Amino acid sequence: MDAVSSSVNSSSSTKPRSRCPPLQDPFLHRKSSRENLDRFIPNRSAMDFDYAHYMLTEGCKETENPAASSPSREAYRKQLAETLNMNRTRILAFKNKPPAPVELIPREFTSPQRSRPTKPRRHIPQTSERTLDAPDLVDDYYLNLLDWGSSNVLSIALGSTVYLWDASNGSTSELVTVDDDIGPVTSVSWAPDGRHIAVGFNNSEVQLWDSTANRLLRTLKGGHRSRVGSLAWNNHILTTGGMDGRIINNDVRVRSPIVETYRGHTQEVCGLKWSASGQQLASGGNDNLLHIWDRSMSSSNSSTQWLHRLEEHTAAVKALAWCPFQGNLLASGGGGGDRCIKFWNTHTGACLNSVDTGSQVCALLWNKNERELLSSHGFTQNQLTLWKYPSMVKMAELTGHTSRVLFMAQSPDGCTVASAAGDETLRFWNVFGVPEAAKAAPKANPEPFPHLNRIR
Amino acid sequence: MASKTVAKDIITLRGSAAIVSEFFGYAANSILYNRGVYSEESFVKVKKYGLPMLLTQDEDVKKFIANLNSQLSEWLEAGKLQRIVLVIMSKSSGEVLERWNFSIETDGEVVEKGVSKEKSDKEIMREIQAIMRQIASSITYLPCLDEKCVFDVLAYTDTDVAVPFTWIESDPKLIANPQMVKLHSFDTKIHRVDTLVSYKNDEWDEQ
Repeated sequence: MDAVSSSVNSSSSTKPRSRCPPLQDPFLHRKSSRENLDRFIPNRSAMDFDYAHYMLTEGCKETENPAASSPSREAYRKQLAETLNMNRTRILAFKNKPPAPVELIPREFTSPQRSRPTKPRRHIPQTSERTLDAPDLVDDYYLNLLDWGSSNVLSIALGSTVYLWDASNGSTSELVTVDDDIGPVTSVSWAPDGRHIAVGFNNSEVQLWDSTANRLLRTLKGGHRSRVGSLAWNNHILTTGGMDGRIINNDVRVRSPIVETYRGHTQEVCGLKWSASGQQLASGGNDNLLHIWDRSMSSSNSSTQWLHRLEEHTAAVKALAWCPFQGNLLASGGGGGDRCIKFWNTHTGACLNSVDTGSQVCALLWNKNERELLSSHGFTQNQLTLWKYPSMVKMAELTGHTSRVLFMAQSPDGCTVASAAGDETLRFWNVFGVPEAAKAAPKANPEPFPHLNRIR
Repeated sequence: MASKTVAKDIITLRGSAAIVSEFFGYAANSILYNRGVYSEESFVKVKKYGLPMLLTQDEDVKKFIANLNSQLSEWLEAGKLQRIVLVIMSKSSGEVLERWNFSIETDGEVVEKGVSKEKSDKEIMREIQAIMRQIASSITYLPCLDEKCVFDVLAYTDTDVAVPFTWIESDPKLIANPQMVKLHSFDTKIHRVDTLVSYKNDEWDEQ
């Protein structure tokens, strides 16, 4: 189609065009019969009809009656003006650009992990998600006053009272308050069933409570001669560690519960953890010793010899954590004079790695979903540090506590960590990621006891 | 409206400029925090406008915003500032992903004759609070910024403004065919600030 054919066919285009946009397609035809152009034979290719028409009709219309133009058109014009920077504006920017955000983890360490392409980097919140008051929390490095059970109830001992905090609804209840001649409470530990709880006291007693019925089931006496600062469950065996340096295995089902005594520590036992398989027990003491005990080596009548006696720490060994993805791997942390996290092959007793953290190591927790270790510290930062394993690259430092972070406990889903510190606060950190339904299914067994028996 | 006798409710050009530039400082911090341009841990909470606001602790970012603010106040007091735009760009490609547009209309009479106006602090604060709330809630509809981002600030000034030594002229860093969401406005009676966020169309929604 060209312009000549359109002029012949002019009757079809007599309708006045009121809505021609300013930028027209050049092949649109607008010859109207009212335009007196018949005596003039133009060289059409040399003329800009579109422009001329626009100037004659639309151009003046708009200046005469700007209100008639539609708002969308107004907006279009504005945008056009902005694009072409036609309004009397100068756009300025600083010569110095703001700093680009720094990446938390140096690239050279993340790149080897890139082989798993689908894994997006997890965001680690640096502040605690929730803070609860924990008044009268005993600021004693050698005690174990916090535990998070498999039924999602957190137990914390404040002075002579054990409180239960239900993480699913945030409700608090008091389990027991003891008299001053028994207390204060020196240790709490949930049985793997998440219902029964063992409580150790300053006077060497250990009580077993049913948390749902709020009922005292039995009291273990006579095993220790001084306070019971550490507890660990292995099915129906409750292992207790005392200030007297003794470690006692109690079979809580039987009348005379003491089945074994492990003698190896000369001072207070402050760290006690069974491995996931229930075969090996790690114990740490104020005598700077770390012992690994093997269940199969035990005998009921005489005291048992340790499997390994590890003397590398130079301060009290309280923080102990068995690796969830490697059965014979144990992480241990030393006190103020040592400040090291050490990794052990508990089959051979070999020290695999040692990292100086620069601060007292109060507690250690492994991430159940990732190869990461969380440590809690004292002076000077009172921080929680997240480490990548095995590179031991610091992934995050979580600060907030104003005194040493004495105890840590992990939620059953493995994602949230509770920490209690000498500043008498209990803080919750979403440091191990967010719960995922898909992930949760295969890891439904939160405690390291896959075949749990009821203790009664 | 507040009574005329209360001296506090009188607002001068200088005071208004201070309010607007301070507002922009907090708004920029809030945007940088909420849009995750800088890591969450580099921010601390403070109370402002009756809201918990987050301020960056990163020295360089702090300095950038402080420098910016002092320049903005100067322009605001001269009535030369038309618009401030905070642009969020992809760090790798430089593509503009979001523009936070703060249009400023200055009462010319005040600038020329130096008269003051009346509006209570409380009322201005309430209007600013509404904008801050909207900025914080904007994450619900803005597309995710999956990649590392950087930001820049553009100032639209009158053409008769001399370009300060530390500034350069810039292109408007527009987004082609953007989505726009208009937020609340506030008005000190001297400066009226309209807030608008435009962002890159998320092509996933279109198909």
